[in-house]
Amino acid sequence: MSRILVVGNGPAAHRLADRLRHHGHTGPLTVLGAEPSPVHHRPLLSDVVAGLLPAEAVRLPPPPDTRVHTGTVVTGIDRPRHEVRAERDGIETVHSYDTLVLATGARAVVPAVVGATGADGRLAAGVTTLRTAADCARITGDSVVVLGGGPLGVETAFALAARSTHTTLVCAHPHPLHERLGAPCSGMLTEELERAGVTVLGGRTVVRRTPGRVLLDDGTTLRADTLVLCTGATPDVRLARAAGLPVRHGILVDDRLSAGDPHVHAVGDCAEHDGRTLGGIEVAHAQADALAGILTGRATAYLPAASTFRLRARAVDVSCIGSPADFDEPGARTVTFTDRSGRRHARLALRDEHLIAAVLFGVPEAIAALGVTHRQGRRVPSDRLGLLLGRPVTPAPTGAETDEDALICLCNSVRRRALAKAWRAGARTVTALADATRVATGCGGCGPAVARLCDTWERADRNAPEGAR
Amino acid sequence: MSEPPFPTPRTRTHCPYCALQCGTLLHGDRETGVRVRPADFPVNRGKLCQKGWTAPDVLTAADRLTRPLSRGPDGRLTGTSWDTALDTVAERIRALRARHGPDTVAVFGGGGLTNEKAYLLGKFARLALGTSQIDYNGRFCMSSAATAGNEAFGVDRGLPFPVADLRDARTVLLAGANVAETMPPLLQHLDRAELIVIDPRRTATAHRATLHLQPVPGTDLALALGLLHIAVVDGLLDQDYIRRRTHGFEEAARRAMAWWPERVESVTGVPARDQRAAVRLLARPRNAYVLTGRGVEQHSQGTDTAAGFINLALALGLPGSGRGGYGCLTGQGNGQGGREHGQKADQLPGYRSLTDPAARAHVAGVWGVAPDDLPGPGRSAYELLDALGADHGPRALLVFGSNPAVSAPHAAHVTERLASLELLVVADFVPSETARMADVVLPVTQWAEEEGTLTSLEGRVLRRRAVIPPPAQARSDLRVLRDLAVRLGQPPDRYPSDPREVFEELRAASRGGRADYSGITYERLDAGECLHWPCPDTEERHPGTPRLFLDRFAHPDGKARFAAVDHRGPAEDISSAYPLHGTTGRVLAHYQSGAQTRRVAELSAAVPEPFIEVHPDTAARSGVVDRGLARVTSPRGSMTARVRLDPTMRPDTLFAPFHFPGDGRANLFTHPALDPRSGMPGFKVSAVRLEPVSEGAPGGRRPARSPTASREWEAPPPDAPGESPGTSGTSASTRHAESPLPGPLSGLLPGPLSGLLLGLPPGLLFGLPPGLLFGLPPGPFLGPFLGLPPGPLPGLPPGPLSGLLLGLPPGPLLGLPPGPLSGPLPGPPPDPLLGPPPGPLPAPPSGRTTPLPAQALDAMPEVTP
Repeated sequence: MSRILVVGNGPAAHRLADRLRHHGHTGPLTVLGAEPSPVHHRPLLSDVVAGLLPAEAVRLPPPPDTRVHTGTVVTGIDRPRHEVRAERDGIETVHSYDTLVLATGARAVVPAVVGATGADGRLAAGVTTLRTAADCARITGDSVVVLGGGPLGVETAFALAARSTHTTLVCAHPHPLHERLGAPCSGMLTEELERAGVTVLGGRTVVRRTPGRVLLDDGTTLRADTLVLCTGATPDVRLARAAGLPVRHGILVDDRLSAGDPHVHAVGDCAEHDGRTLGGIEVAHAQADALAGILTGRATAYLPAASTFRLRARAVDVSCIGSPADFDEPGARTVTFTDRSGRRHARLALRDEHLIAAVLFGVPEAIAALGVTHRQGRRVPSDRLGLLLGRPVTPAPTGAETDEDALICLCNSVRRRALAKAWRAGARTVTALADATRVATGCGGCGPAVARLCDTWERADRNAPEGAR
Repeated sequence: MSEPPFPTPRTRTHCPYCALQCGTLLHGDRETGVRVRPADFPVNRGKLCQKGWTAPDVLTAADRLTRPLSRGPDGRLTGTSWDTALDTVAERIRALRARHGPDTVAVFGGGGLTNEKAYLLGKFARLALGTSQIDYNGRFCMSSAATAGNEAFGVDRGLPFPVADLRDARTVLLAGANVAETMPPLLQHLDRAELIVIDPRRTATAHRATLHLQPVPGTDLALALGLLHIAVVDGLLDQDYIRRRTHGFEEAARRAMAWWPERVESVTGVPARDQRAAVRLLARPRNAYVLTGRGVEQHSQGTDTAAGFINLALALGLPGSGRGGYGCLTGQGNGQGGREHGQKADQLPGYRSLTDPAARAHVAGVWGVAPDDLPGPGRSAYELLDALGADHGPRALLVFGSNPAVSAPHAAHVTERLASLELLVVADFVPSETARMADVVLPVTQWAEEEGTLTSLEGRVLRRRAVIPPPAQARSDLRVLRDLAVRLGQPPDRYPSDPREVFEELRAASRGGRADYSGITYERLDAGECLHWPCPDTEERHPGTPRLFLDRFAHPDGKARFAAVDHRGPAEDISSAYPLHGTTGRVLAHYQSGAQTRRVAELSAAVPEPFIEVHPDTAARSGVVDRGLARVTSPRGSMTARVRLDPTMRPDTLFAPFHFPGDGRANLFTHPALDPRSGMPGFKVSAVRLEPVSEGAPGGRRPARSPTASREWEAPPPDAPGESPGTSGTSASTRHAESPLPGPLSGLLPGPLSGLLLGLPPGLLFGLPPGLLFGLPPGPFLGPFLGLPPGPLPGLPPGPLSGLLLGLPPGPLLGLPPGPLSGPLPGPPPDPLLGPPPGPLPAPPSGRTTPLPAQALDAMPEVTP
């Protein structure tokens, strides 16, 4: 009976435990989490920040049949003995394993802002990163400055504005998400943020923070009851490095998500696969799914998908597939559509009818359709403009009533021709036509259309010369 | 089609098809024919769809079964007498039972049987046969919502409110229900409401919707969870209702928390914005209804999916509030009554559980046996069919009112199982595909020839009335059951053959059950009373219960239950070998396996053959063309049909109706994975691929070959006028030998055409297109015989970008007729959420029929190639 031990109690660990049980793993399954509280859905933290959900509402349900030790800090891994040492409330515990999975996640990066950290190196009161539900409660006051123009910074700014907090978003690039979205589109995002009530200060950064204030590098001073640092995260590789596992930016894993030791794997934000540490919930889920398959003999490898990101903000629909560099790939053809007044933008990179990259802004139907198309590896629809606009091309709607073959009444399969024949035979009202052909006797929905036909024919009869009637 | 004024006297009854049970007036007799008019009944209010208008044609179907048939040593079915047929059946049942025990004989019922038949069939199985092996085709229709409804509300009545209540709705969510085709007269009640339709296809119903959510097939539960998630986050819950009237919200909501709109979007393909709009519409003050259909139920996670939608309705405070609710749109005519009276594997009459000792004691008491004499629960429908002829499975099967050879999933396998039986007995009124495989075929009565009751989708008990006598030797199913039971040694008075007597017994058996009919009588129904169950037999005449749950739900504590469900996904995912989602469903002109409607000339002319509906891109990329033959293949098998292009289809999905036989059976590719709790097969999603079939090639459409070549079907011709019943054994068999059905046509041509070739009563020709009158089917039929060229498909043009930016439809690229392009194209309609369509996308110049050259794009503002 194989014992699986997971270090880290984040979304990747949770998903892995759930999938292992789903695939029939019957051996002991233990999760060690350093945080004192149960695991949360990280993508929902912006809803907690917005005040839409209490922190306890975004807890994941406990994974089935799994021992979860919270508040348990792992202090070391003894690979030869297949043991993990941990400490809880000052008491050391030892957990042995047959398979060890590192899901240690990532740690928020704290930039060099004078006054952001206290003498002990911890974040000062009124300064917070945003990785856990507990962090959400550290955001207080009427004025908040968010530092960082990545997805988390943008989502946090939208969420704060939604709860009527005076919010300023400070980012190094001219606009938030500038690198992902490109120039015209990220400018549109700034406009959407400002429309939502966020002040966007691009091309700047915070250099100093005092209680209630921050100072920017251009000399501007802003009121800031809280400074929220959304300045990225770095894989937490401390345990892996100490255990002598191969580490670069993240813990290096192969296609089987093995971390340089056949008994040790790594998934989620802490793992580096094929030179990339993608991070994010979708990758964490995909890697956990793959590892659960590998450990239960249902799969042999993790196949990474292109990185995608979908902004979680109700004010605007933004999504990216692939990276900006993919637009320059050999053989890539670009389709661009910009509608400034309609606040819509789409840029697709296609190769052989396949989507390799996309930047989509304000086109919700296309975001949904292309997301599925890309995930399923399908070719994109030939009607690309219809796709971008979310309007599949439909047959001309008005021509139907003039076509002899047009089906007027679906319920009783009555075509226009049959109505015309009944009209000529003397049925001159909707009721008479219904008696003659059963038109409009099913759901009645075509009644108005039949009445219009009656009008048309009556006018035609009136206008026709006497002999032609 | 102009008809003389409808005469009196007339008989008030109901349409034989769907669960709406439209009220109708019948007039006529067997000689002059029966005519139908819609009645002013609350659910149909004087309307009828084409199936209802033409229902009398089934009474005179050209190949109507009019005498018992028995398969002789030569493998042919020939006419025989009732006594011989029943003796044979009883004798073989006795012999099999003696050798293998009572479970060797199985029974398969139907959701179209009257309450009386369903009741007596269950009693017959459990007492006369002593078998646990009984289930019915309703398992394929409503079982998921029934299971979910029982768990949530403590009782399962499709609509716990009258249909007419829907008229007051402000918003109606139709999930997986295409009512514009399956029950058209219902739409009258929805025309004032804003409709939200959830369907992978842009159905006729979706066309009427304010909001159409078009999910990837098999992801409905993710969508339901997402809608609940939005209700929670956006503060749209009815907290007071949840606290007072429900249990289990926390756990259900915790599951839904994992389904934030953007994640649901990535799984279902439904835009997050549309999800939010749907919940906003549903949560507006005043009435809202959540209604589910087969699209929600027919999945291997169908019960959970139905529960997901019930959770949403409960979270919004709808069920039992008197201002909205949840309902399941029951499909079959007596789908509701059919699941209440004991033909289900796990049930006894009154919607009682077969495993509940008190229920067993009560029913055993009514039946005059000891509780221990009642067998326990048996296999669910597909498990039963799957076990036929296997080592420990039944060796004999009696089928009443069902056609599993067409309607069951994994149809080729089911057909094999049926063929492996030692005894197959089918009671039907037409030679269905299953009847054609039988050893003994028993001709029975149909709707306008019999008395009885049915229970409609709103739980209202309705009277079915006879207007004409049955033809020749056809007998009621009740009498067949009685005569068989007696031959198996049962006392005759235990099996009354008079429907009224059976109903009296049903009343007693249902007394105190969840579906309590004890206060309902033929007299009350005949007096025109509107009686919805439960209607207990109380001191003061109980008025019936049109609206359930107003005060309490049917659980002992009176509270409804949320279900803690999560999305697992379909049993089979798409792959490179099977890259498309294959889904199945219904068309307006046909009903269920089509055994009835394919025999009505007018309906057969409306939809003469199976088809495969697919997006033009998918067709082009699969190498198939509009109206060309194509094959849909799954790991289970292949169906063959003509292609219909539809640009509103999801490019990852194809659709086929399941009403057709032979190699046009959509169920040849469906997946038999069952919902673990309801036993419902996952009809609605299979992984498939689409391929062209060259019409002349050996791999192309071939004569439908029965897997039971030894079980040849010989069609008995219609009775000659004036022929007296019971005298024609020999002459009939002679004629059978002379007039077999034209075999090669049987897989392709619908029944009535075969009927035409055999000589049809003149009444049936009424309304047929002229081409059909001359014995030649219209164009689409002829292809396979004439070897029409399939029209080789050009690959997708490499440079459609110019055309696409001009908004031209894919038509010209795909070899569509030029029609839609000949005029100016309409701009996109205004978007209710995004405002008017954008300015910088000019419509092409009037009259332009070809895409602009790519350079022209340079001139367009804000659009860069």
